[in-house]
Amino acid sequence: MARPRRTTRKAPRTQPPRGTQARVGPLQGRLSDVPALHLDQVIADESVRILVCCGSGGVGKTTTSAALAVRAAEQGRKVVVLTIDPARRLAQALGLTELDNVPKPVVGLSTDAGGSLDAMMLDMKRTFDEVVEAHATPQKAEQILANPFYQALSSSFAGTQEYMAMEKLGQLHAEASRTGRWDLIVVDTPPSRSALDFLDAPERLSSFLDGRLIRLLLAPAKGPARFLSAGMGIVTNAISKILGGQMLRDLQTFVAAIDTLFGGFRARADRTYRVLEDPQTAFLVLASPDSDALREASFFVERLAQEKMPLAGLVLNRVTAPIAVGLSAQAALAGAERLDPDDEDFDAADGRPARLSATGDGSEVSADVITAGLLRLHAERLNQISRERGLRRRFAAAHPSVPTATIYALAADVHDLASLREVAELAAA
Amino acid sequence: MTSDASARTRPRLHVVSGKGGTGKTTVAAALALALASGGSNVLVCEVEGRQGLASLFDVAPLPYEERQVAVGLGDGGDVCALAIDTRAAFLEYLDMFYRLGRAGKALDKFGVVDFATTVAPGVRDVLLTGKVFEATNRRVDGVHVYDAVILDAPPTGRIGRFLNVNSEVAGIAKVGPIRKQADAIMRLLRSPDALVHLVTSLEEMPVQETIDAVTELGDLRLPLGAVVINRLRTPALPQAALDDAVRGELDVGSIETSLKEAGLKSEPAVVDGLLDAGRRHGERVQLETAQRQRLDTLGLSVVALPYLSDGVDLGSLYELAADLKASGAF
Repeated sequence: MARPRRTTRKAPRTQPPRGTQARVGPLQGRLSDVPALHLDQVIADESVRILVCCGSGGVGKTTTSAALAVRAAEQGRKVVVLTIDPARRLAQALGLTELDNVPKPVVGLSTDAGGSLDAMMLDMKRTFDEVVEAHATPQKAEQILANPFYQALSSSFAGTQEYMAMEKLGQLHAEASRTGRWDLIVVDTPPSRSALDFLDAPERLSSFLDGRLIRLLLAPAKGPARFLSAGMGIVTNAISKILGGQMLRDLQTFVAAIDTLFGGFRARADRTYRVLEDPQTAFLVLASPDSDALREASFFVERLAQEKMPLAGLVLNRVTAPIAVGLSAQAALAGAERLDPDDEDFDAADGRPARLSATGDGSEVSADVITAGLLRLHAERLNQISRERGLRRRFAAAHPSVPTATIYALAADVHDLASLREVAELAAA
Repeated sequence: MTSDASARTRPRLHVVSGKGGTGKTTVAAALALALASGGSNVLVCEVEGRQGLASLFDVAPLPYEERQVAVGLGDGGDVCALAIDTRAAFLEYLDMFYRLGRAGKALDKFGVVDFATTVAPGVRDVLLTGKVFEATNRRVDGVHVYDAVILDAPPTGRIGRFLNVNSEVAGIAKVGPIRKQADAIMRLLRSPDALVHLVTSLEEMPVQETIDAVTELGDLRLPLGAVVINRLRTPALPQAALDDAVRGELDVGSIETSLKEAGLKSEPAVVDGLLDAGRRHGERVQLETAQRQRLDTLGLSVVALPYLSDGVDLGSLYELAADLKASGAF
């Protein structure tokens, strides 16, 4: 909708995006037909140098990217993991108290295979400041850093993050290529649709820099107002009416000061975009097996296809593990009902024992009540498994060629290296 | 209808945030149904373009227009929903405040609208909060159009920055119309008329984010409402049995006897499967109990909504609404 028009990158509308060709007939969406995504192969593949994890919030992106980074490092790759999420979740998952804008080594890893792991969290203000300091004269840098617009822009505004993520990824990639310090960069993205906005960063900047607005904003710095066209006059008046004269002047001062930096931003963002398009990058779309997360996963898969980004596949996280117990959900529920009638419709008046009140006086809980509870849990697990399979089938029907990996749910939360390894084991299984 | 006296003391803007995946949109929608009970008119807004409200209320994707999507809980008033689109909100804002006419079109042609809504960081959040502010304050003949407005807000990771954006704007715009608007929005957000509710599940990371958000919002002087625990599972076993299940001390013999009594197979594979289900469940419950204790130390009201095994549909949304209303926390 409000996106800048695309010129060259977007796939033509008539051509369905890769991986979304509709398939019809009785075979559609059979789970056994879904190509498998082998995560161990992805992280072992030395031609893959950037791994980007995206997906909606709460699906375990941070944990999974950290787990894959740990596994890749322990299998001998030199890994750096970058999170651009403002919450310090990666720090928690890696057991670190603080992450920095500079990659720091993660300790406690097995380095027998010759690998290493560094981790960092994007500090967007520091990243922005460093760009200004590196690319403007000291005098001008000082002027920019003190500008109130700059201060709000660099520290508080949503959206700056995407530009800075692009900038930081570019820096890490450049350092990796130059020094060989890393051979794999794992990127964890923010938890919303805007996660992919960083793909737009170069184009957004271009549309702005090539547009007429910037000429207008720069006009007073570059020449007297009388050279403005009549159309520009109207627009300037309108903007000045909205912003107020003082704010417009401040904005113009800011744009004029930072003008020389824009070109560099654009060039670097373009370079990073091309790296992302390249087969050396692999995108993983993460989802949990529920309808909301899978709907978002569809959105990400389609968006990446539109941008012609190299999608490695879908990672379904926290899937309920299958069980091989010869007892159906129906039989289990019927058995539970016989042992301990469900208290949902339970009428106290007819005197049957209530399910959970058996412990009321501290006496022993009857085995029937316990067995009934276990049978209900068993049935719930089987139902959950079949619900999840249904959702996966639906996703597969819409995206039959997207390779898929599943990671089974752990009972406990993941918050240390050991449990990250456990997740990675499950992911690689 | 709520009486004037109670309407004046009840908060009019409810912001619902929480870690991604915890069910913010579900809670926002249920809260809308709850607040519309007793005949109040309520608006629920979403800002991330996901059309989550449309799918919950089972209606076609929402355009940028306030549409009635449901009727509140028991003799309820109207529940309207709005998916805020930044571009449309910007044009509307220009029209409403500046009556720019031809100049407005010129702004669009110059790329000002694109710039503001997609290129310039921060402006999006200004427009989104601005629209919510407008709806909250809108009056016809001196009477508020909506008794309450609910905002399905960005996740906890972004909520502080999102709600505080106008205070940043006030720092840039020293005088003028934008400053006035920014100040008015911050006044509303910091007044007793507004509350921020946080949705969480009883897992470590969502609870940690909730605790972090409470600190952050407190520092920004934004008023906190309730913590909503979503998808709470009721224990399937009595506490003593849960502990036994985790320790692996459930009596296998008596379970086998019960299984036979119920006419089921009692072979080892079946019993092991059941014991495993019990152990996992017991571990989960222990974890949840510990997380619940962390939330209880926050000094906020904590409301729990049950896990719905068949997912959320419009009918179950009313059940959740009834739970929210019964809690008395809103």
